[in-house]
Amino acid sequence: MKIHEYQAKELFRSHGVAVPRGEMAETAEKALAVAETLGYPCVVKAQVHAGGRGKAGGIRLARSRAEAEKHISAILGMTLVSPQTGPEGRRVRKLLVEQGLEIRRELYLAILLDRECEMPVIIASCQGGMEIESVARDHPQAIFRVHVHPASGLFPSHIRTLAFQLGLNKAQQQSFTVLLAGLYDLFLKSDASLVEINPLIVTAGDEVLALDAKVNFDDNALFRHADIAAWRDTLEEEPLEVEAAKYELNYIRLDGSIGCMVNGAGLAMATMDIIKFYGGEPANFLDVGGATSTARVKEAFKILLADPNVRAVFVNIFGGIVRTDLVASGIVEAARGLDLRIPVVIRLVGTNEEEGQRILRESRLDFVTENVLAEAVRRVVELARGA
Amino acid sequence: MSILIDWNSRVLVQGFTGREGTFHAGQMIDYGTQVVGGVTPGKGGQLHLGKPVFDTVAAAVAETAADVSVIFVPAPFAADAIVEAALAGVRLIVCISEGVPALDMVRVKHFLRSTGSRLIGPNCPGIISPGQCKVGIMPSRIHSPGKVGIISRSGTLTYVAVDQITREGLGQSTCIGIGGDPIIGTTFVEALQLFREDEQTEAVVMIGEIGGTLEEQAAAYIGAKLGKPVVSFIAGQTAPPGRRMGHAGAIISGGRGTAAEKMAVLRRHGVQVVENPAEIGQAVKRILG
Repeated sequence: MKIHEYQAKELFRSHGVAVPRGEMAETAEKALAVAETLGYPCVVKAQVHAGGRGKAGGIRLARSRAEAEKHISAILGMTLVSPQTGPEGRRVRKLLVEQGLEIRRELYLAILLDRECEMPVIIASCQGGMEIESVARDHPQAIFRVHVHPASGLFPSHIRTLAFQLGLNKAQQQSFTVLLAGLYDLFLKSDASLVEINPLIVTAGDEVLALDAKVNFDDNALFRHADIAAWRDTLEEEPLEVEAAKYELNYIRLDGSIGCMVNGAGLAMATMDIIKFYGGEPANFLDVGGATSTARVKEAFKILLADPNVRAVFVNIFGGIVRTDLVASGIVEAARGLDLRIPVVIRLVGTNEEEGQRILRESRLDFVTENVLAEAVRRVVELARGA
Repeated sequence: MSILIDWNSRVLVQGFTGREGTFHAGQMIDYGTQVVGGVTPGKGGQLHLGKPVFDTVAAAVAETAADVSVIFVPAPFAADAIVEAALAGVRLIVCISEGVPALDMVRVKHFLRSTGSRLIGPNCPGIISPGQCKVGIMPSRIHSPGKVGIISRSGTLTYVAVDQITREGLGQSTCIGIGGDPIIGTTFVEALQLFREDEQTEAVVMIGEIGGTLEEQAAAYIGAKLGKPVVSFIAGQTAPPGRRMGHAGAIISGGRGTAAEKMAVLRRHGVQVVENPAEIGQAVKRILG
């Protein structure tokens, strides 16, 4: 799960991680009031779940009340388009107004789970304010990594190592130590999957603080963080994905024309791959899971059909534990209750497949059934093209 | 032979009396697995499916000499169940539960290194040595004893591959679902090491997916040491970066962990990579003749 920068900074504050003074505002009046309280210069920042806000015009410095008014009205309500938002962009509904600071250095700091070493890794770099992937590619020597073993936890030596590598002076080291200790505590205690500060700044007064803040959480651990889960902003998510989540359907919208309904995450990914292999474009990833009830199949169908780009639907079920006759009944019932105007190709193999096929046949609904995977995919690709 | 489990395996079920535990323990018993009992704290002393229920894994092991445990408890309690099994000296722990927090697994994984226990999973279908023993939730019917070892991060895709191998008349030595999470107990390389030593296994099917570097590590091992042919399929060639594709571990992050990268590395180390999962069975058949 992702959260907004202002929420991440609230979490930072509660763990002793230094951030600039500032406040979130949803109206222009409130934003201006915050600016007036902070004084000038201040910074007006668009709050959306996407990076690349600066270049997209979503972060602006105001040196006076007049400039603050101008920037607030320009950013609030704008559709921010960055490489991370996609071409449709994101509407800015919230602003973070913060004090402007005199920046001496811009650094980078992050904590994430290193899957290879199976433990958290702290990553730091002197080249803050840039995309870390490009720094890693072009200047790998400018990136420092320290792993933290779960049995030892974080020790001062971990922090010291990084502080020296970053070239911090004594006063800056003290400030950095408090910040990183707090950040690591936050990472563990809130089950984050990523905390990233880019840039981490060193001020003219030798203070080290988080100018930006990004925190992603492990969805599997949200059950023990009700306070964080409550921060979820569904307006920042794809509406069909939000709808699918209500029925515990694992759905990800893509931009192709073939709607896919599959059981199992691996098979769902593989189905997308085969569609592409035969020249089609998948409209989504959808894992209907093991417990395939009629109600779930029906909801899954509704979600697929709600995507206006979908020209044909491909149902690919391998019944292991799942009984394909039950899936077939679900599909028939779902199709009867919906106004199906596009072709549906169904591949149902595995447990009770003869019975499943019989149910589909006897429904007299206009399904195309094909149990050879390659043939089924060729067929749906043709149908999606309007053949 | 087979690897990790066989006729002699004595299996405990943690979360025995729950809905999932009850259903799948029943299926395992039907398959011929020696289920020797189960654990549900607070229900010790009862009988369930004709087998004794214990309050703790330690008590169950002391009484039944179980050497394998399969875990069906809800994800928030899974790490606890794994640690309890390891402390009780269970040799092989198979965790089916999906949704275990990643940081729980960090602690568990490093703790397990100080014990003699091996973990498979979590978020996996389990392990089966066809005709001998099934510890998990896979559909028994599609398996047949034979000479192909199967390792996979995905459940349903494993079944697809198993089904094809059975239809080709080759059968399986052992099939392991290693799990779809970012941190798992047994990796591809560890499973391959076991298949290397197993005389029954003549070829291996490895089903990977986007995210992490387990496939790349496996490629290096296969190229250098395995000495048996491997057919592989990698799911997620069309997955968008930065999105988690169903499995917690299936995510391309920072441009790393793409299917294209994994397929290229595997090919470089002599693995036969198929682009269409429907061709796994034929590819193995061609190699083994």
